[in-house]
Amino acid sequence: MPQINQLAENWYFASQLFWLALIFGAVFVVIGLGMYPKIEATVDARDRKIADDLAAAKAAHASADGLEEQYRQQSDLSRAAAQAAVQDAKDKAARDAEKRLAKVDAELADKLAAAEADVSAARKSAMAEIEAVAAEAAGDLVAKLSGVKVAAADAKQAVKAVLHG
Amino acid sequence: MSAEAGKFDPMHQFTVEPIAKLFAAGGREVWLTTSAVWMLAAAVILWLFMLGGMKRQLVPGRWQMAVEGFTGFISSMMSTNIGPEGRKYTPYVFSLFMFILFCNILGMVPFALGGLHPLTVTSHFTITGVLAVLSFAIVLVVGFWRHGLHFFSLFVPHGTPWPMIPFIAPIEFVSFMVRPFSLGLRLFVAMTAGHVLLEVFANFIVQSSGAGAAIGLPVGIASMALMIGISALELLVAGIQAYVFALLTSLYINDAVNLH
Repeated sequence: MPQINQLAENWYFASQLFWLALIFGAVFVVIGLGMYPKIEATVDARDRKIADDLAAAKAAHASADGLEEQYRQQSDLSRAAAQAAVQDAKDKAARDAEKRLAKVDAELADKLAAAEADVSAARKSAMAEIEAVAAEAAGDLVAKLSGVKVAAADAKQAVKAVLHG
Repeated sequence: MSAEAGKFDPMHQFTVEPIAKLFAAGGREVWLTTSAVWMLAAAVILWLFMLGGMKRQLVPGRWQMAVEGFTGFISSMMSTNIGPEGRKYTPYVFSLFMFILFCNILGMVPFALGGLHPLTVTSHFTITGVLAVLSFAIVLVVGFWRHGLHFFSLFVPHGTPWPMIPFIAPIEFVSFMVRPFSLGLRLFVAMTAGHVLLEVFANFIVQSSGAGAAIGLPVGIASMALMIGISALELLVAGIQAYVFALLTSLYINDAVNLH
């Protein structure tokens, strides 16, 4: 077995030890201490980035849900407001129509009353004229038939009595 | 080892060949060896592999994904075995795992087809033993640094009845002290045994070519089929042994950090 036989050689163990110390030392310093931490840092950074991105995505999802909820509430609110406004407008329009109708009714009634008053005044004046004319005519008739001069007031009285029975 | 001992020696592959003498210190000579060359190759290939993972993109490419797979594998092993404090020791365990893995796999590659003779560095207990002692030393330093003499309570498991302590503590102590040996020997034995097996079966194929078609063909074909299976198994063993080394190191560090 050369591994044991060569132990007797002067150079064997010293060379093995020297080169192992040199090369494994270099491997430890260059690869273990130099390269390994950088590679691990890259992996850690990637893991952190993935975790952060996932958290950000989750937060964005939650905020989107919140926004949607808010939007729905807002839209419900504005729909209710719109309905209320429509109802108000309807009510107001109805009230306005009623008021205008009442006003027009009152105006018409006033006009009617005025017209009726006019008609009755006209009738009264017409009656008075008819009385006057009839009294004159009656006085003239009496004078012509009997030659008796009747006083205008008496004629008027008589006519009035006949007309109004 | 075989009928023609001079011609075929399955252990020869483990011989470390000296290439050039560098210097001598304290009566010992230090040479550039084949072992050093293969360690260096493993380290350079490992460095190139890791370099592909240094693009640091947010969306990783295939290579970066592979490198991050390895780092994630070790860091999750450390955090499950030790907890958040295990991050401090991850660079060491990661270097250990990757270095052993690349040495194991590099020893499996059939470079011999190109005239190069690969040496599985981790099939030498002078290498695995030193790595095991290094892990054990880290456990001791961390244990005594964090807990002082209280670290010795490691030898008394929780809930041990008082009268049992004189018996349990020595057993725990021995099992603790055996750790560096078992850690180092496990990898060395697994690598050595696997490569001996591969060499023996490969030799069967070569030898069967001289035995005539009647015997040689069935033996050669059967050996080839076994070779394919064993090669796959050895690739698995190369990964598993590197994992076991790193896993046990992390468990031992956990003992030192958390004291059971």
